[in-house]
Amino acid sequence: MTTQILMPALSPTMTEGKLAKWLVKEGDKVTSGKVLAEIETDKATMEMEAVDEGTIGKILIPEGTEKVQVNEPIAVLLAEGESASDISAAPKKAEATKEAKAPAAPAASAPKAAQTAPEPTETGGKTQTVREALRDAMAEEMRKDERVYLMGEEVAEYQGAYKVSQGLLDEFGSKRVIDTPITEHGFAGLAVGAAFGGLKPIVEFMTFNFAMQAIDQIINSAAKTLYMSGGQMGCPIVFRGPNGAAARVAAQHSQCYASWYAHVPGLKVVAPWSAADAKGLLKAAIRDPNPIIFLEHEILYGQSFQVPENDDFVLPIGKAKIERQGSHVTIVAFSIMVGKALKAAEALAEVGIDAEVINLRSIRPLDIDTIIASVQKTNRLVTCEEGWAFSGIGSEIAALIMEQAFDHLDAPVARVAGKDVPMPYAANLETLALPQVADIVEAAKAVCYR
Amino acid sequence: MAIKKATRGATPAGNSAATTEQLVEFYRQMLLIRRFEERAGQLYGMGLIGGFCHLYIGQEAVVVGLTACANKQDTVVTSYRDHGHMLACGMDPKGVMAELTGRSTGYSKGKGGSMHMFSREKGFFGGHGIVGAQIPIGTGLAFAHKYKNDGGMSFAYMGDGAINQGQIYESFNMASLWSLPVLYVVENNKYGMGTSVERASASPDLAGRGEPWKIKTMTVDGMDAVSVYEAGLEACAHIRAGHGPVLMEVKTYRYRGHSMSDPAKYRTKEELEKMRSEHDPIDSLRQTLIGLKVTDEEGFKAIDKGIKEIVLEAAEYSQTSPEPDPSELWTDIVVAA
Ligand SMILES: Cc1ncc(C[n+]2csc(CCOP(=O)(O)OP(=O)(O)O)c2C)c(N)n1
Ligand SMILES: [Mg+2]
Repeated sequence: MTTQILMPALSPTMTEGKLAKWLVKEGDKVTSGKVLAEIETDKATMEMEAVDEGTIGKILIPEGTEKVQVNEPIAVLLAEGESASDISAAPKKAEATKEAKAPAAPAASAPKAAQTAPEPTETGGKTQTVREALRDAMAEEMRKDERVYLMGEEVAEYQGAYKVSQGLLDEFGSKRVIDTPITEHGFAGLAVGAAFGGLKPIVEFMTFNFAMQAIDQIINSAAKTLYMSGGQMGCPIVFRGPNGAAARVAAQHSQCYASWYAHVPGLKVVAPWSAADAKGLLKAAIRDPNPIIFLEHEILYGQSFQVPENDDFVLPIGKAKIERQGSHVTIVAFSIMVGKALKAAEALAEVGIDAEVINLRSIRPLDIDTIIASVQKTNRLVTCEEGWAFSGIGSEIAALIMEQAFDHLDAPVARVAGKDVPMPYAANLETLALPQVADIVEAAKAVCYR
Repeated sequence: MAIKKATRGATPAGNSAATTEQLVEFYRQMLLIRRFEERAGQLYGMGLIGGFCHLYIGQEAVVVGLTACANKQDTVVTSYRDHGHMLACGMDPKGVMAELTGRSTGYSKGKGGSMHMFSREKGFFGGHGIVGAQIPIGTGLAFAHKYKNDGGMSFAYMGDGAINQGQIYESFNMASLWSLPVLYVVENNKYGMGTSVERASASPDLAGRGEPWKIKTMTVDGMDAVSVYEAGLEACAHIRAGHGPVLMEVKTYRYRGHSMSDPAKYRTKEELEKMRSEHDPIDSLRQTLIGLKVTDEEGFKAIDKGIKEIVLEAAEYSQTSPEPDPSELWTDIVVAA
């Protein structure tokens, strides 16, 4: 059987080209790799090499021909023992890909929660700081699973830059509690490799501001590889550390990254407020087979809450918590803003507005169902975050509510967010830049038309 | 890993560390990669492979020589120029080619393409599209080998262009600090896209980049599979003995453009022709095998024929396999917890 030599596509966008020059003539013997012709593409002049061995039986397109379509036969190659009389002229064209419509996202893989398990009880227990709760969560999971280890700057001998890993080196030793050099991109990538290799790393970023050095590894390697590998390369890893504004550390050390990571399919993003959140969600994050961004808050580390004493207290990722029931307005918040929202609710109660406060706990997957159910009751929604409003979490929630609960709204959704400026240093300006209780109160009154 | 280590009683080839059986196997593997890549180039030309497609032609001796030093539990990462590495790891040419054409039977079910393929079973951990990003990951695989104490080591390949990425040095530092079992291989093919080493690197001594981190360094002729193999044996012995990482610069050459759409204007035809005619790794091993009277014309013909069949079968499979089902759009985003 003779072989047709087809006009090749020599760039991702080429559909036709000029056959500039033949470098072989009829009757020439060719071997794999021999340059046959020069082709002018939309970008450059390229050489075309032979793939198969044989003799050039016939040149179908003379040199100098313009607009030769990709996949058009340009010559015929004869195998040993064949002659020109064996040439038939049936051109073979590759079939164009058909236009297809994307199927709708199945409920389970859409970026929202599909969690139906009942919430564990959170009453009783002991009083703990968020810092202690995080430490206990890691220690308990490390006791259970040899594959879990902690790495980061100052996590071991110094006991943590914010003392979150206090005591872990003593208990688990330097094999599992590892001080790294200041090398975020490197150790984030190393931990991703370790996760591919069967371990379950917890990576502490001293703060999430420094994780920008590592964001390529977090997104391009940790988040996307499962998909790119057709499901082979799961990456069970937790990236954790303080996120958002501390106090008086200015723009490079005070940013909320929730919306940055929440944007990315393949990641889960968790933001605890209370010590119980911190413990239950961190344990869930460590057990989860996916890459998790675990956003803590420096200001919360020292705050105390009740935490269940049960060793197996785990909170489901993707499930929000109604912290305060109310009927007039829904206030959605995460991390430190939950505390501010609860204070705002108290102030609102004094003026006769009964606010419901939802603690998101997880940002991706987002428990939109809980928010919708609340809005169906209150018909009013205020979102709160420390980050900037533009492309923020509040913007996403507003869009989802507009799409899924438009008819239940009696007022436009209000976003309370950080001011659209880099964080200033001066105390007065910093207070102005951050969303305060009064801002939430005002927004809630506004959506209630009060 | 596909190539067997030298076994006792096998015939040594001259005074080389490789046996004659291994030399034949090196030849076969290199030829498989070359023919596979030529066929991939053709399928690209036919519009059956899309996007970026980086061929390994010319560099075959590197991965074949080094993979012969690997054990079953070892792991490999490399860049987007990955087809040769996958074939050397023993991945099925059919599955690789079907991924190139974006079919459901490809190694990533058609969702990764040429640059992103994986096989846990064969210890191949990608296939990475971000220049340099595979090096921390390969270092992490070495970390996992050490942590689990499984006796394995990691092979982490990069290009001469990649060597200027900062994360490489972050990795070198940690690997040396913690004595991780990793072999860093710089495949110096003289160019990162259109930029020659001289125009990108302040010092052309790329192996020397390991010295500040007290990493053992080696420079090897990458156009000769046996030299690469022998260097690999030395490097792996060092690493497996727990002495920490090795950085090996392998001098090689790519015959084709950087990717399919590169007219390669940055080098002369003479330069390419000289490498092809005087340093081709397949031709020179063929001469060695003839000189040692291991393989004759008939023998080579049989090898050629066998390989041609494998590659044709892969090409056929990659065109007849179905595209992924539209429902695959929504799978493999997260693992169900
Ligand atoms: C971070 C990043 N920057 C740029 C690119 C685009 N790019 C792809 S390959 C390449 C050249 C790399 O050359 P080298 O490391 O020598 O590898 P080779 O292609 O020669 O195998 C560039 C710039 C990329 N993929 N990733
Ligand atoms: Mg290069």
